Amino acid sequence: MVDISKDKFEIVGANASESQSIVRPSISYWQDAWRRLRKNKVAMASLVFLILLVIMSIIGPHLRPFDYAHQDLFNTNKPFSKVHWFGTDYLGRDLFVRVWMGARVSLFIGVVIALLDAIIGVTYGGIAGYFGGQVDNIMMRIVDILYGIPYLILVILLMVVMGQGLWTIITAMVMTGWVGMARIVRGQVLQLKEQEFVLAAKTLGASPGRIILRHLIPNALGPIIVSMTFDVPNAIFSEAFLSYIGLGIRAPLASWGTLANDATQVLLMYPMQLFIPGFFISITMLAFNMLGDGLRDALDPRLRR
Amino acid sequence: MLNYSLKRFVYMLITLWVIVTLTFFLMHMIPGDPFTSEKKVPEQIRQNMLAKYHLDKPLIVQYGYYLNNLIHGDLGISLKYLNRTVDDIIKQSAPASFQLGIQSIILGVIFGLLFGIIAALKRGGGMDYISMFLAIIGISVPNFIIATLLQLLLASKLKWLPVSGWGSFKYTILPSIALSFSTLSIISRMMRTSMLDVIGQDYIKTAKAKGLSQFQIIWKHMVRNAIMPVVTVLGPLFAGIVTGTFVIEQIFSIPGLGKFFVQSIYDEDYSMILGTTIFYSVILVVMMFLVDIAYGLIDPRVRLAKGGK
Repeated sequence: MVDISKDKFEIVGANASESQSIVRPSISYWQDAWRRLRKNKVAMASLVFLILLVIMSIIGPHLRPFDYAHQDLFNTNKPFSKVHWFGTDYLGRDLFVRVWMGARVSLFIGVVIALLDAIIGVTYGGIAGYFGGQVDNIMMRIVDILYGIPYLILVILLMVVMGQGLWTIITAMVMTGWVGMARIVRGQVLQLKEQEFVLAAKTLGASPGRIILRHLIPNALGPIIVSMTFDVPNAIFSEAFLSYIGLGIRAPLASWGTLANDATQVLLMYPMQLFIPGFFISITMLAFNMLGDGLRDALDPRLRR
Repeated sequence: MLNYSLKRFVYMLITLWVIVTLTFFLMHMIPGDPFTSEKKVPEQIRQNMLAKYHLDKPLIVQYGYYLNNLIHGDLGISLKYLNRTVDDIIKQSAPASFQLGIQSIILGVIFGLLFGIIAALKRGGGMDYISMFLAIIGISVPNFIIATLLQLLLASKLKWLPVSGWGSFKYTILPSIALSFSTLSIISRMMRTSMLDVIGQDYIKTAKAKGLSQFQIIWKHMVRNAIMPVVTVLGPLFAGIVTGTFVIEQIFSIPGLGKFFVQSIYDEDYSMILGTTIFYSVILVVMMFLVDIAYGLIDPRVRLAKGGK
């Protein structure tokens, strides 16, 4: 052993106030979630892609010197070319412009409907599941009724009352769409509310609203986000179906759904026309799914790694 | 439990009655009547036709007639196919839809659960991406396109299966596969996320620490806790698929019930609209009831009836 003289040591002493002080700035739940989301490369790529998509849907139609409704009957069903980047459809309309016009309608419908469904469904399902018993029974029977009434009748009636338009479609789809979300949330809440942390919160005197919003919903976030990501393509295709039977958006206007529908009529000869909107729908769905996955991981502190 | 079931049965009847009533009045609010789309007929004949089916009476009287018939189990005569009763049409076309629906649900559930579980266990692995890819395809490619592609590939190119029609079992294979895609993708995605939730829980650690076999951990501790959202979506999904799908039945020319759901509304075939609605609703409310019962069986912590301990 080497001799170390005592004077080489120095007593630092414990400073009570210093050891208690917080060195790093505290971050809120949302900051923490954002920080974790940023680390997830796949989710960030999806987010960037979706933002690009929105930008393209705004500027895309102006990139080419064609109007989305302009028909050129001498140039129908053209393949990709320097003039028409995505070719033309059966009426000679430029598909590049139409795809981005369609993106406006489809993204808007998809996102708005998914959000509205989630807001209504989560609130309704949360309340029904948490209070249980008679409240749950009656609230869920109302849901059964809404499931049972033929959706087309509602759509047609709304068309009569509100006239044809984007908001009519959205209203009709939200009126029937939120019930699925409500049922999922209710099922989750039924399971979660019997767990100890809810009992703990109750014991501490938390109000039902606080328990539902701060304790139950965050724990049910996984299934909620997944069913939201399914709502988006569902809405896009329901809109396509409605447009197909003449109840959706009007003809010269396009959506990804109607583009896919139009293309199926010439599917065997010109499969590319279906491939383009199909490609955009699929890749958008992929992005929504990946982002949803990332969001779920970021918002759930238990999954912190 | 018996008490609860009995109560639910009463609620089911009330739910059905409300659905019938709402549908009845809503469909009469749509402008026109079943005979507006027919060829122009002299006004007198038209009036006679309306009178024959009581369509000239006040709405509330018509409603009374309908309910009275319904209680006696009579769904009325189709106003479009004038010599056929709604009973008949449903009895003839439901079995085909039913068989297809059941087959596709079985396919979708088995493979959906399998993909979902494997994807969650091997998160970020090859199987995860394959199941994710399948789910995206299943949900973002409309089923009529999947159906046409299957027809093109397996039936008309490879000649393994008949292109369309209805008859023996081999006719049902293609449409069942085409139908099962959306079920499969929804279930596998749902299962994957809720499995991921469960895997992170402490009781899984406990189970591992106890030295349970991998199979037991997965089956008894993970799947049982994770399957709840899947059971929830399965209820309405089942009711929707089993009562027939418009598009798939059209493509494979299957004599199913699907087309009547859409066509009856176009024709304003009042009795047919109500008949299909009732048929669908009965299956739906029964399914919802079974799903609620299943909650309690899967997770004994869930109590539906208040204070039922």
